[in-house]
Amino acid sequence: MPQTLTQKIIARACGRPTVKPGEIVTVNVDLLMGQDASGPRRWRPRLEELNAKLWDPSKVVVVSDHYVPAVDAQSAEILNISRRFARDYHVENFFDMQGISHAIMPERGLLRPGMLVAGGDSHTPTAGAFGCYAAGFGATDTTAIAITGETWTTVPETIKVQIDGELGPEITAKDVMLWLCREMGMENSFKSVEFVGSTVHAMSMSERLVMSNMAAELGAEAGIIAVDDITIEALKSTGGDYEGAETWVADPDAHYCKTVTLDVTKLGPQVAAPHAPENTDDVGKFNSVKVEQCYIGACVGAKLEDLQMAASVLRGKQVSPDTRLLVAPATVRVTEKAAADGTLATLTAAGAILLPSGCGACAGMGAGIIAEGETCLSTTNRNFQGRMGHKDASVYLASPYTVAASAVTGRITDPRELRTTTRNAA
Amino acid sequence: MIIEGRAWKFGDKIDTDVLAPGYAMKLSAEGLAQHCLEAVDPDFAKLVQPGDIVVAGTNFGLGSSREQAAISLATLGVGAVLAKSFARIFYRNAINIGLPVVTIDLTQEIAAGDVLKLDLAAGTMTRLKDGYHRELQPMPPHLIDILEAGGLMAQLKQRRGL
Repeated sequence: MPQTLTQKIIARACGRPTVKPGEIVTVNVDLLMGQDASGPRRWRPRLEELNAKLWDPSKVVVVSDHYVPAVDAQSAEILNISRRFARDYHVENFFDMQGISHAIMPERGLLRPGMLVAGGDSHTPTAGAFGCYAAGFGATDTTAIAITGETWTTVPETIKVQIDGELGPEITAKDVMLWLCREMGMENSFKSVEFVGSTVHAMSMSERLVMSNMAAELGAEAGIIAVDDITIEALKSTGGDYEGAETWVADPDAHYCKTVTLDVTKLGPQVAAPHAPENTDDVGKFNSVKVEQCYIGACVGAKLEDLQMAASVLRGKQVSPDTRLLVAPATVRVTEKAAADGTLATLTAAGAILLPSGCGACAGMGAGIIAEGETCLSTTNRNFQGRMGHKDASVYLASPYTVAASAVTGRITDPRELRTTTRNAA
Repeated sequence: MIIEGRAWKFGDKIDTDVLAPGYAMKLSAEGLAQHCLEAVDPDFAKLVQPGDIVVAGTNFGLGSSREQAAISLATLGVGAVLAKSFARIFYRNAINIGLPVVTIDLTQEIAAGDVLKLDLAAGTMTRLKDGYHRELQPMPPHLIDILEAGGLMAQLKQRRGL
């Protein structure tokens, strides 16, 4: 029976040749990720109560990224809980204030195609860009996995998202995903998404991570991209394991419950209005919206390439006095690389304010929170009411190009428009 | 498992930031629960009573993996959530902490304040004032096992002979 990549990975994880959608199966988890908000802090008391150990510390990754850096005694204690946990339970893959888990795992070569990854965070699907089935779980599920190494799942149906055509200048994976949120809605629950087509094949790994990350916004449990030369190259350059990786592709005649097609040739910059990523429209619909804050951050929108996109817009320009631009690089390695190649200098010369690496304002926990009545344009993935601060604040979502262009004008701006104006002025 | 209480009605797409706001996540379970749903109904946490039933539309619990979204409802004493559809992580979290969740569309039929009686084992929902009756979709046996054990931790405890 031909299978989707989702089915192939789940079949392997439950030790069977094939699985069918709708079957309830018990799968072995290859990698478990816990972050400071929902991982060790919730795991430890339960492990102690059950007198249990981790099933395999070498398959557990702990990342402190939500409450970093500590801003009060409570958050400082939460970070200490993670440190003590990693020490006492012998977790070697512990990343303390090094950046956001979903950016750390690919950057440190921890993902291997074909893996079944369980993470205590809803953006765990990000790892799908490496040909993994990666899904988010709550703290009780992850505790049970930490003890037993397994969990149950209903084999999902798979939606094929076929994307073809060449993206225009300043059009990114973020624009594609915002468009898909509107087109597919946010209720593809208990479904897996596989992204295919020439546009996806041409995307860098950084852009593919955006696609898989925002599968979470589609409501899908996983967002998977088959292995190709870009995947192998990314594994090689990060010290990852790429032996046999090329086998993790869907069977050619696999059955999909639905196929969504998109020709991106004419796609322009997209912006999601409050309070949901599916409230997306062309950037031009929002050009009267003034923004008090522009935020470049989060797992989805502050990788090295995202910062480079912003810098390409901001080079030689200034952030408008009517707004502020905050930049929180996704990981400390991103900061290091962006410092080395001059990206950071470009951003700060334009007036950007640098923040520490972490989930930050995106999760409503770190620096960059907004006040009642304020509007923020953000490279993050989610704009639910109250998420970034006050419940009567407004968050719009866009690509790094669009956020950078808007920082220059103080209102939501098409980055292509800014480029044209500059050229005409010159 | 019998649950009886007043219905609280909410619309579509009640997300986890509304159920458990980030700004209150450092608080205790009780403290956080006081902010549950306040963005859409500021009185909910104050007025909800043990056994009350949340009736909602599509994609209930979309967003974050934070288990506190389900825990906050349970902490306030909510007996069950009946929604047209659920987001996957919320659905699993609710079962795992022993909060019954049932996929059923009652958004037209049930009004806020209606007193409902759920019999999960028999798979029925009844409105007390007029006997209006609906069959519930049967839940997979492994999920009933978790609910009957009192949640996934309680089940693990039993299995480990504790």
